[in-house]
Amino acid sequence: MEQRDPALAELVDRVLEARDRGAPLEIRGGGTKAFYGGAPQGEPFEVTALCGISCYEPTELVVTARGGTRLSDLEAVLAEYGQCLPFEPPRFSAGGTVGGMVAAGLSGPSRAAVGGVRDHILGVTLLNGRGEVLTFGGQVAKNVAGYDVSRLMAGSCGILGVLCEVSLKVLPVPRAMATLCFDDDERQALERLGRWSSQPLPINASAWREGRLHVRLAGAAAAVDAARVKLEGDELDPASALKWWQSLRDQTEPFFSLSEADLARGECLWRLSVPSTAAPIKLPGRQLMEWHGAERWWRTFASAAEVRAAAAAAGGHATLTRGADKSCGAFTPLTGALLRIHRGLKQAFDPEGIFNPGRLYAEL
Amino acid sequence: MHNGGMDTSMRVDGRRREQRQAEVVGALAKIVPPGSILFRHEDTVTYECDALTAYRNSPLVVVLPETDAQVAAILEVCHAMAVPVIARGAGTGLSGGATPHRWGVILSLAKFNEILHIDPAACTAIVQCGVRNAAISEAAAPYGLYYAPDPSSQIACTIGGNVAENSGGVHCLKYGLTLHNVLRVRGFLADGEPVEFGSAALDAAGLDLIAVVVGSEGMLAVVTEVTVKLIPKPLQARCIMASFGDIESAGAAVASVIAQGIIPAGLELMDKAMTAAVEAFVHADYDLSAAAILLCESDGTPEEVAEEISRMEQVLTAAGASRIEVSRDEAQRLKFWSGRKNAFPASGGISPDYMCMDSTIPRKRLAEMLRAIEDMQSKYGLRCVNVFHAGDGNLHPLILFDADNADEMRRCELFGADILETSVRMGGTVTGEHGVGVEKLNSMCVQFAPAERELFQALKRAFDPRELLNPGKVIPTLQRCAEYGKMHVHRGMLPHPELPRF
Repeated sequence: MEQRDPALAELVDRVLEARDRGAPLEIRGGGTKAFYGGAPQGEPFEVTALCGISCYEPTELVVTARGGTRLSDLEAVLAEYGQCLPFEPPRFSAGGTVGGMVAAGLSGPSRAAVGGVRDHILGVTLLNGRGEVLTFGGQVAKNVAGYDVSRLMAGSCGILGVLCEVSLKVLPVPRAMATLCFDDDERQALERLGRWSSQPLPINASAWREGRLHVRLAGAAAAVDAARVKLEGDELDPASALKWWQSLRDQTEPFFSLSEADLARGECLWRLSVPSTAAPIKLPGRQLMEWHGAERWWRTFASAAEVRAAAAAAGGHATLTRGADKSCGAFTPLTGALLRIHRGLKQAFDPEGIFNPGRLYAEL
Repeated sequence: MHNGGMDTSMRVDGRRREQRQAEVVGALAKIVPPGSILFRHEDTVTYECDALTAYRNSPLVVVLPETDAQVAAILEVCHAMAVPVIARGAGTGLSGGATPHRWGVILSLAKFNEILHIDPAACTAIVQCGVRNAAISEAAAPYGLYYAPDPSSQIACTIGGNVAENSGGVHCLKYGLTLHNVLRVRGFLADGEPVEFGSAALDAAGLDLIAVVVGSEGMLAVVTEVTVKLIPKPLQARCIMASFGDIESAGAAVASVIAQGIIPAGLELMDKAMTAAVEAFVHADYDLSAAAILLCESDGTPEEVAEEISRMEQVLTAAGASRIEVSRDEAQRLKFWSGRKNAFPASGGISPDYMCMDSTIPRKRLAEMLRAIEDMQSKYGLRCVNVFHAGDGNLHPLILFDADNADEMRRCELFGADILETSVRMGGTVTGEHGVGVEKLNSMCVQFAPAERELFQALKRAFDPRELLNPGKVIPTLQRCAEYGKMHVHRGMLPHPELPRF
């Protein structure tokens, strides 16, 4: 920690000042995910001044960047060295930051194959609600000194503190890729993916929508070539394939685009996270399935209760990703012991409750 | 007079303990049959330590439940009576995480050894916490699947213990740690309330609590059931054994492999002294003239392995390997590994005792670290042999000493602390995969600032407000760190982010 760093010192002062006034702060990076989670509340607290790649050593497979670093800048530097963030975090629009990526905890099409944001976090430096700058984890892949606080930040929606700096594990860009398509109904697609998942195949992503399954292969050239022959699908040309997977990753695919009018009519975009083997989920509306069946997106007018009941019956949970009325809570509500632990953690990191109130849960 | 006072206070303490023991045994007897409660010294002696035998304590009571309901009831009773509870698996831990508490109960989960369900389509296994690590892969083998994390104690250690320690192994560079391979754990909080972290899906609602529960060394919850991810068994594995004339070029070779975009299934390094020790133990024709030996493994489909092995060979040759041998078949591959896997017993063969360290440093500093350890050998007058999970920068220096020699024991502890503190200064950590337990409490003072340690304590209280689960482990108190007297080593945010440092 360099307390002398002027950008950091300014953030610390602002937190202390807000804490003394008891004034909640809305932590703001690029503002590209303001739609996500509970509605932002509190005084806007811009943190993008704390930016820049602090350290990148390609041979260590680790990059350390300040929270306000633009995700696009980070990815460009990694690409120069043939490396990437393997979990493909969504870029909803230009300007998204590394801190925002971690706080939202969202991962793209390759999640089921390579892990998510949380799996690639090695360390964080956090500004907590007491104005303390704390470092957890580090820049090495194996580290069991103390509780793994840094991974707890993934998906925390900023309620535990400001992410000042993050160290991430990065990987080489796969040497070869190919995308195969299959005309499958939902059940056939699930069955096919289940059968293949237990075989040593380089399947890196899958997506099913309206009778068509896309499967992406990635890895060593020899492995991709062998799988391409074995799996016998229609191959998509590389340019179209790239476009397709990017449109899923960044949710620019028309399926994800709910217009103001759609939202006003009460249509919602739900993300159901369920076991990959869960039977087809019956809801009114349209579905797009990713992560070999473990992530099922629904555009629906169904009530939150109906969607959440369907997700729970399948052994998972449902997040209201886009919707005009989020009074049901963006995330599946917690009860009992889990809610108590969440309250205790909020108390531990941010005792005065100044960071992003209501963004994860109304009571936190 | 003074001594007499001490005798009296010890007698009083002894009587209090006996009384407490009787109370706890009485309460537990209402939950489990009498044969599942141990408290006589001769019955509890095997529970006095885990694999870190230098730290021992006599538990108040040992209890061996066999159902979830019994675990819940035991925890509830202990919570009500403010009795500390230390969960224990196979007792193979290397940092004293399961060391008993004089006033506490050892909750042995040895009877929770059932594999509940294997789902080949979902590639998951649901197992009880006392199932051995290797038993999961054995049960998954008929489906062509296995459980990837492979700590060296995998034939004995349990999955519950792996969850507690976030165990690694030789393949975690490519396949991840326990954390990356566990989807869900079920168990109980300190007061006996059932709880579930994670889910059968790829994430769960709310904060990612399973991320802190894995690796929490039994401080946050008692886990009785674990859902693990299984992965398809690679069709083939081949290993390269490469010799290097000096440590620097071996260290540089490790970096070159990664820089070429290769993620080996395993990447291990042994220094000359270690190689000599294991060769005497396994007779695997290791190159005794090499300053360092690198084992570099590729796995996958035969096509994939052929492609990768040829790239690895090129990189290692360019990095200055003086001798390269590629395993022809499975028998030879296992022979290559036999020495590495026997590094610990082989060290036992050349010294009465050894202390195994477990720090991690950035890969690029391997050679520098080995040089530093060389200097420490003369400084402390003790020998040290080295094996590294080179791909992860995880070091296992084995300091050789004689525990019957008090001065050697003292120098060995100083030597170990020096290695850990040097690792932190190099940007690493005091424990890569063995855990803090009781062994590395002092080193935690060096790695973490007071406010960070306080946050750890507050995090524990969010799960266990009365601090009854495995108290005194992992996070040192402020007082202990003050007594240790070494300052927190400056880490954290790097200055001058505007300067590229590639």
